[in-house]
Amino acid sequence: MKKEEQPTDAETAEKVETADENPAVAVEETEVPAAEAADPGTSGTADPKDTSSDTATAAPAGEEEPAKDKTPPEEPWDVMSEAPIYRKISSITFGMFSPKIIKKMAKAKVVTPELYDKEGYPVDGGLMDTRLGVIDPGLKCRTDGLKLKDCLGHFGYIELARPVIHIKFVSKILNILRSIDRENSRLLLPENKIKVYRAKLRKIEAEQGEEEARIYIKKLIATMKATTKSPHSNAKQYPITLEKPSTFMENDKRLTPIEIRTRLEKIPDDDLELLGLNPEVARPEWMVLTVLSIPPVTMRPSITLESGERSEDDLTHKLGDIVRINQRLFENINAGAPEIIIEDLWDLLQYHVTTFFDNDVAQLPPARHRSGQPLKTITERIKSKEGRIRYNLAGKRTNFSARTVISPDPMIAIDEVGVPRVVAMKLSVPETLTEWNMAYLKKFVERGPGVYPGANYIVRPDGKKKKITEESKEQVLEELQPGYHVERHLMDGDIAVFNRQPSLHRMSMMCHRIRVLPGRTFRLNPAVCAPYNADFDGDEMNLHIPQTEEARAEAELLMEVETQLISPRYGLSIIGCVQDAISGNYMLTKELSFDRQQAAGLLFSIGVSDFSKLPKKDIITGKELFSVLLPSDFSFNGQSNDGEPVKIKNGKVIKGHLDKATLGEGQGLLLRTIHKKYGAAMTIKILGNIFKLGTRVLQLHGFTTPISDTDLPAHAKAKIKDVINRADVMVAQLIEDYHAGKLDAFPSRSLMETLELRILDTLNQARNETGQLVATYSDQNSHTMIMASSGARGNLLNLAQMAACVGQQAMRGKRIDNGYNDTTLSAFKKHDRSSEARGFIKAGFKNGLSPSEFFFMGMTGRDSLMDTALRTPKSGYLYRRLANAMQDLKVDYDHTVRDATNKMIQFKYGEDGIDVSRSEGGKINVKRIVENVLGI
Amino acid sequence: MEELFKQYQEDISPLLMEEIKSLIPPKTGKTKVKAILEQVKKEIALSSVDPGECVGMVSAESLGEPGTQMTLNTFHFAGVAEMNVTVGLPRIIEILDGRKTISTPTMEIYLKGAAAKGTGIKKIAARIKETRLVELIASIETNIAEGLIEIELNQETIKDMELTVPGIAKLMEKAVKGWTLKYDKNIFTLKAKAKEDTINALYKTKEKLKKLFISGVKGVTQVLPVKHGDEYVIVTFGSNLKDLLKLDFVDGQRSMTNDIHEIAAVFGIEAARQAIINEVFKVIENQGLNVDIRHIMLVSETMCISGMIKGITRYGVVNLKSSVLARASFETPLRHIINAAMIGEQDHLTSVVENVMINQPVPVGTGLPGLVTEVKMKKKD
Repeated sequence: MKKEEQPTDAETAEKVETADENPAVAVEETEVPAAEAADPGTSGTADPKDTSSDTATAAPAGEEEPAKDKTPPEEPWDVMSEAPIYRKISSITFGMFSPKIIKKMAKAKVVTPELYDKEGYPVDGGLMDTRLGVIDPGLKCRTDGLKLKDCLGHFGYIELARPVIHIKFVSKILNILRSIDRENSRLLLPENKIKVYRAKLRKIEAEQGEEEARIYIKKLIATMKATTKSPHSNAKQYPITLEKPSTFMENDKRLTPIEIRTRLEKIPDDDLELLGLNPEVARPEWMVLTVLSIPPVTMRPSITLESGERSEDDLTHKLGDIVRINQRLFENINAGAPEIIIEDLWDLLQYHVTTFFDNDVAQLPPARHRSGQPLKTITERIKSKEGRIRYNLAGKRTNFSARTVISPDPMIAIDEVGVPRVVAMKLSVPETLTEWNMAYLKKFVERGPGVYPGANYIVRPDGKKKKITEESKEQVLEELQPGYHVERHLMDGDIAVFNRQPSLHRMSMMCHRIRVLPGRTFRLNPAVCAPYNADFDGDEMNLHIPQTEEARAEAELLMEVETQLISPRYGLSIIGCVQDAISGNYMLTKELSFDRQQAAGLLFSIGVSDFSKLPKKDIITGKELFSVLLPSDFSFNGQSNDGEPVKIKNGKVIKGHLDKATLGEGQGLLLRTIHKKYGAAMTIKILGNIFKLGTRVLQLHGFTTPISDTDLPAHAKAKIKDVINRADVMVAQLIEDYHAGKLDAFPSRSLMETLELRILDTLNQARNETGQLVATYSDQNSHTMIMASSGARGNLLNLAQMAACVGQQAMRGKRIDNGYNDTTLSAFKKHDRSSEARGFIKAGFKNGLSPSEFFFMGMTGRDSLMDTALRTPKSGYLYRRLANAMQDLKVDYDHTVRDATNKMIQFKYGEDGIDVSRSEGGKINVKRIVENVLGI
Repeated sequence: MEELFKQYQEDISPLLMEEIKSLIPPKTGKTKVKAILEQVKKEIALSSVDPGECVGMVSAESLGEPGTQMTLNTFHFAGVAEMNVTVGLPRIIEILDGRKTISTPTMEIYLKGAAAKGTGIKKIAARIKETRLVELIASIETNIAEGLIEIELNQETIKDMELTVPGIAKLMEKAVKGWTLKYDKNIFTLKAKAKEDTINALYKTKEKLKKLFISGVKGVTQVLPVKHGDEYVIVTFGSNLKDLLKLDFVDGQRSMTNDIHEIAAVFGIEAARQAIINEVFKVIENQGLNVDIRHIMLVSETMCISGMIKGITRYGVVNLKSSVLARASFETPLRHIINAAMIGEQDHLTSVVENVMINQPVPVGTGLPGLVTEVKMKKKD
């Protein structure tokens, strides 16, 4: 166990323990001898320390106190040290603390509410007693003699003047009280039945698990509750009710916690099983507190404000209240005060203890700071997303990471990431010094932290880290010898894990190779935008540098971009050409041609220097140019976006043009075929080249979207106008028919609904017709059209909306509805059902919208914004639930799918054992194999 | 040739085998076929999952990630004459929650015989639709003075529904006991047997009679005959598979409901498992998204593995987990810890989250294999 992790571990267990006072956590450990022998030198020194800290967190039940004879701590371990893991926690047992254990594990009894004396030194027997741990630098813990940060803290306890109910067990206590005889505390079941039920319960638990057992116990308790006469003593049983939050009433008479405790004490161990308690770890009387465990000081550190004032933790405040009231209660009892006063104080004590555990109990006013803000006590600390469990335990944080804005660079490889030099000089990679790389690594140290590529730290074999500075450089160089580590700056080719939130799938974290570049942003190839779902409108991304050989190996083998080419969601490529790369290659393979010199220049500019595949001709077509990038034994039959066949034979594009359907992500079938045939590394290379070629072609050729792309000839405009006018007439006719009662209703629809549907249909048809007109009459070679038909960006509908007609604005699947005044806008008459009054936008974006059209557009725009804003948290929650429910499922060595307890979920994964990310769209492509073998 | 195929039976699934057979042109040589089969076998081996692969997480991601792209609040309006059914993210959530009552239960009823071609489809639809007495009533009056309820039924509707007056009378008698019923043609008169009946009781009975179930399938509030291909299908709002299957003109083999719990109750858990797969797949397909069926399968399987449909919620699947810490890390941590404390539960740290919490390797993926090696124990001094 590494030093860094210790406090976290210990703190965890302690916090859980105190969380419910009695529920305790016992950590069972097994030794893992395997690693122990690894490094006797280091493990030997660490051993006593580790053991002690672990036992401190461990086993309240029956466990001896932690060994006192610890050796003082050695040099603290550092993250870098290779301290072997020689202990493994194999299980954790939960249970409750008995008063005996609380006292036994306590190192101090708290008797005074005072915290510090006049000198500001913690008071003995106070809540900040130095026996409970230290939070001030310079002080030493009186229990283990350790200083701040080394001492994990120790528990204390308070003796309560009167017993108090533990708020978290109220419902359990109620159930128990109702199920037992009020005189002799036996279960309200006949003697002979108890045995039968117990046997049955054990059987259920063994066969169907704890959940079913819990249900069975619930049933038993229900029958016992209904019993009014005890089968043991024949005594009449009175109904017991709970007055929330924690007062029990029997027959309208209050049951004091003392009475409750005596009743609970008397229940025989054998009966407890049927009440759902395990007497070994949870006696019911422990639910009524007589002593209260005080959490260590380290768990509730105070902070010193700028003014020198101390501000105590919420828990300390609460504990102070408890001690104070407890003290007063003691005094009053001893002085023989009247019962009323004592009871009042007792209730107050109950309130404070209750809010100490949970400050959010219904019926109870939460305890507050003077500022009026509620205290955060134990329950609030554990609960919710910001609580201990989800924030600190399940959420880990890391060093060696960086975050900055991203920007595109199509000229770096797809599996590279451009890292600014400033970042490269801050993050580092540890390299082990050996005889053979001594000279090489010393150069880094010589350059130091300020000169790239230098080194920031050295790490001694014992794990101690030393910073390299101008002053210490000489000395460090002297010291270096094999076994040391040098933390050198990042260099080209180093491995990094790159991530963009939200990390929704595994492709959101991929391993890239570092390329140190000038500038201040991370650079990435636009082809990997799709898996990260990134764009460059200010997105930021994170970079992590794996620090151990194992981590690097896993990153390289499992997370490399080239291993993530195929999405495990649907078995098709998720990385492919986008935007410029698609339209560039589309134009290239469709219409462009170059002279030989130009072609060679173009190829050279994307890093291809082997021109042997260029045909020996003066004019080289785009197809021939593209073919240079393909392997010469590659053949492919496919279809382009517009359904035309694409044929590649022996590495030459023979027919068709390339576009989104062949090069893009998702369908990108050409890429998929290359991937199958030549493997991931080759695909990345070819894809990178194709990508660069596409963008390069566009740069040379020039590519833009002018507003004139949306210009239409006059007769086309007239036609569009005509279409829309006709639709208007038809709508008017429909409305007239409706009013005249001539409209036939669709089956199981009202007349009104029928009218709406018919109108919607008519208007949509009109819009589609205008779209068609735009498609036929606009310039086929305009760049906007090229983008649409190659699939790079936009579609015909977008163009039609700009050039001709935006169309119907729909909200919740209907036309825009009446407001409160039977009209959509005051500009229209009441009950106007005409197209323009219900959100049909006749104009195109280029011509501009009328005020009412603009308003309707705003309505739908707002609606869709709302939709996105509401959907994100909903789907996020669904995702969290799915992930939580299924994270343990794995494929076992026998190819079955099993969960954490080895329960079988599937006999064979997906019923055929095929990994989706290795399939082609979830299938084995038999056709390709047959064609391959038969040579078709 | 058949023998050759048989040889590979073990390694190639029947479905794939069929595909191969259909793709191989006739008169292909034996060696070529063998080469093909060998290739396919190799391909399957290369495409199979690695042991340790955390397929659960991959499935969760594959379903969770497209969730962000699905629509909310949009109802299905494909075609003019279709029912509105919940689609998109709300529907997925509904299915995976394992909700007992779904927002839009519908059935798709296939018919036997001539009805499938459309003959008498309207009448059949009417027979399936749940009919209550109100729908037959022309007028209903209470005579407070004499303590009478007088009902006049619409004769035409009765005829249309193929009902008889005595039949209705029988149903009425059964429903309200303690009343004497007289009827003349289509006029019914009810009088309380007990003399001191209050006006209140009179009204109660009247309301009860109005809601009296007469015919059809209980729970089916709307019916809509729709032409699917060249066959007529009845789409309903409201679902009651059990009663529907009793009708002889219904093709029970193809008729479906979208209520998973109902399928579980009528056909059992295996059918429910398949139904979840189908329903989820339908929604995802509908949204134009692409998720491999294996992921949906695994989710469905986890929901059904206990023999009952358990939702992916804190009360369902997550509650079945053996590990206290895993349950606590999901929702309501304190409840789980306290319950664990009372029975002295032991957490064996076999799943992922607990090991993340205590900084130990997780037992999936590369954390799964262990190394067995002989080591000398260190002497204690």
